[in-house]
Amino acid sequence: MEIVTDTKVMLECKDLTKAYPTPTGDFVVLEDFQLQVKEEEFISIIGHSGCGKSTLLTMVAGLNEITAGQVLLDEVPINGAGPDRAVVFQSPSLFPWMTALENVMIGVKQVFPHATKAQRNDICKYYLSKVGLADAFHKKAIDLSQGMKQRVGIARAFALKPKVLLLDEPFGMLDSMTRVELQDVLIDVWSKEKITAIMVTHDVDEAIFLSDRVIMMTSGPYAKVGDVAHIKLKRPRERHTVVEHPNFYKYRQHLLTFLDH
Amino acid sequence: MGRKILNSFHWLGFSFLEPLVRLIRGEEPKKNGLIIFRKVIVPIASVLLFLGVCNYFAHYLYAVERERKIEKTLATQGEEAALAMQECIDSGDLSCKPNSLPSPGDVWNGAVTLIEDHKTISADKEAFREKTAGINAKRKAQGKEPITYTGRPSFVDQIMTSLETVFAGFLLAALLAIPAGIVLGLSETLRTALNWVIQIFKPVSPVVWLLLVSMVVKTILASADMDKSFVISFISVGLCSMWATLVNTAMGVSSVDKDYLNVSKVLRLGVFSNVFKVILPSSIPLIFTGLRITLSVAWMVLIAIELLAQSPGLGSFVWEEFQNGANDSNAKIIVAMFVIGGIGFALDRMMMLVQKAVSYESRA
Ligand SMILES: Nc1ncnc2c1ncn2[C@@H]1O[C@H](COP(=O)(O)OP(=O)(O)OP(=O)(O)O)[C@@H](O)[C@H]1O
Ligand SMILES: [Mg+2]
Repeated sequence: MEIVTDTKVMLECKDLTKAYPTPTGDFVVLEDFQLQVKEEEFISIIGHSGCGKSTLLTMVAGLNEITAGQVLLDEVPINGAGPDRAVVFQSPSLFPWMTALENVMIGVKQVFPHATKAQRNDICKYYLSKVGLADAFHKKAIDLSQGMKQRVGIARAFALKPKVLLLDEPFGMLDSMTRVELQDVLIDVWSKEKITAIMVTHDVDEAIFLSDRVIMMTSGPYAKVGDVAHIKLKRPRERHTVVEHPNFYKYRQHLLTFLDH
Repeated sequence: MGRKILNSFHWLGFSFLEPLVRLIRGEEPKKNGLIIFRKVIVPIASVLLFLGVCNYFAHYLYAVERERKIEKTLATQGEEAALAMQECIDSGDLSCKPNSLPSPGDVWNGAVTLIEDHKTISADKEAFREKTAGINAKRKAQGKEPITYTGRPSFVDQIMTSLETVFAGFLLAALLAIPAGIVLGLSETLRTALNWVIQIFKPVSPVVWLLLVSMVVKTILASADMDKSFVISFISVGLCSMWATLVNTAMGVSSVDKDYLNVSKVLRLGVFSNVFKVILPSSIPLIFTGLRITLSVAWMVLIAIELLAQSPGLGSFVWEEFQNGANDSNAKIIVAMFVIGGIGFALDRMMMLVQKAVSYESRA
C-alpha cells in the first residue's frame, strides 16, 4: 500500500471487499483492497478483463453494494450514489428523449438548486462548448454520433462539479480516431478543473497520457493492487511531446510487462 | 417538394405510392415499374379476383336457394303455385327473392340504400329541429326538458355512436391501465402479488364482462336518468381492452435500461423526477404499443358488446338487420362488415401515427 502524505487524501478505499453470491458459494472479486487518491490527482486502473475494475468503480460510485470495508470521500464514508462522484459510463447513457443541453441540465438542476435559470443555462452551455458541442445544444441525444454522445457524457459529469470523477472505459466503444480526439478533450477540460479522477482503461497509452499514477490490478479473484507506476511527465501535456519523451517507453514497458503475466 | 410528398406518404403509411411518384418523375423506370407491379397492380388484381369469386359463389348459393324454394312450394302447395313461384323469382320481384349470400352487386346496392336512407333521415331531423325550435326555446325558458328527435337512427348515426362508445371505452382503459401499470411496474412486490388478477381477467370473454358490468351498473344507476346501455357498453369495452396497455406499461416501467437508472441514482433525482423524467419517457414506446393493441381490441369487442347490450351502434345495427330478415338485410350486414373493417384499419393507422410521433427510438 502506498502512503500519501503531502496533499489531502480525497478518496480512500479501506479494506474494501466485494463478494458476489453464486450458487456455488461466494465469488470474491476484491479482498482487502487499499487505495488512496490525492486531491487533484488523476489515476488510471488497468488490469485483465474480469479482474474487478468495474466492480471497484461502481462500489466507489455507490451503485454497487460494498461487502466489507469502507470508501471514504473527503474522510466521510459514502452512503449510496451521489453527484459528488460523477460517473462517465462506457456506454454514454444519455437520455435519448432529451436534447444535449437537457441531458446536462437535469444534473445541474440537482446540484445547483438555488441558481437562477440563466445561471444554470450558462453552466450547461459552458461545459458543452468546452467539449466542442457549441452548435449541438438543442440536438436530440438520439441524433448524436457515438463520439458526440460521449462528449455530452463528459460535459454532464464536469458540470456537476463533483469531488471525484469516475470513468469506466469511457472511450472503449469509440474508434481510434475519435478516441484520441476525446482524450484531448478530456485532458483539456480536466486541466482547468483539476477534479480528482479515477479512470478504468484497457489502453496503456491512454493511461500514461492522462494519469499521474497508474494502478495495476492483479487478476481476480481476490484482486489486489499489483504494482503502481508514477507518471512523472509535466503538465500540461501535449500528445506529441509525451510520445517523444524518453520516459514514455519506459512507462509503457513497465505496464505491458505487468499485463503480460 | 418531391421529397416532402414522399416523406408524408411514408408517415401516413402510404409508402406504396412512392414508386409511382418516382416513376412519374422518371427515376429508375425498370426498378420502380417492378415495385408498382408488386405493390399496386397485383393487389388490385387480387381485389378483382376476390370480387369475382364472391360473385360466383353468391350466384351458386342463389341458385341452390331458388331450387329449394320452388321444390318446397311444389311439395306444400302443388304444381301451379310452384310455377307461379318460379315466375315470381325470375321476374326479380323482391317479395319472393330467395334469401342467400348477397353478391357484390347486391352489397353495392345495399350501401347505396343506406346512404339514401341516411339522407332522408337527416332531412327529417332537420325538419324536426326547425319545427320544434320555437317550442324548445319556450320550454327551455320554462326550465323544462327540450323535445328531442326520437326517430330511427340512420346507418351513419350508428357509426358515430359506435365511435363514441369505442373512444369512451378506450379512454377509460387508458385512464385505468396506465396508472395501474406504472404502479405495478415500480413495485416488484405488487407485480408478483397481483399477477393473478391479470392472468385471470385478461382472457375473460367480452360477453362475461358485459354481464358483470351490467350487474353493477344496474344497481348503481338504478334511479339515475341516463343512457344505461351506453354506460354499460363503454365500461365493458374498457375493461376488456385495457389489459394489453396494463401489461405493456408495467413491463416498460419495470424494464427501464439499468444505465438510465444508474444516472438517475448518481444525480439523486427525487421520486417525482425519476418517474416523470426517466422512467415514463423511456417506457413511452411500449406504452403506446399497448395502447394501439387496446384500441384494436376495443373496436373488435365493441361490436359484440353492442349486439348483446342492445345499445345503439353498429353491433345492434347488424343484429337488427339479421332479425329483420328483409330482402336486402344480408347485403346491409355485409356493408356493415366492410365499414367495421375499414374503421378498425383507420383507427390502427391513427394509433400508428401517434406511436411514431411520440417514439424517440424510430427517428432516423
Ligand atoms: N452481478 C454479478 N454477479 C456475479 N458476478 C459478477 C457480477 N458482476 C461481475 N461479476 C464478476 O466479477 C468479476 C469482475 O467483474 P468486473 O466487471 O468488475 O470486471 P472488469 O475488470 O471491469 O472487466 P472488464 O475489463 O471486462 O470490464 C468478473 O469475473 C465477473 O464475472
Ligand atoms: Mg468493466
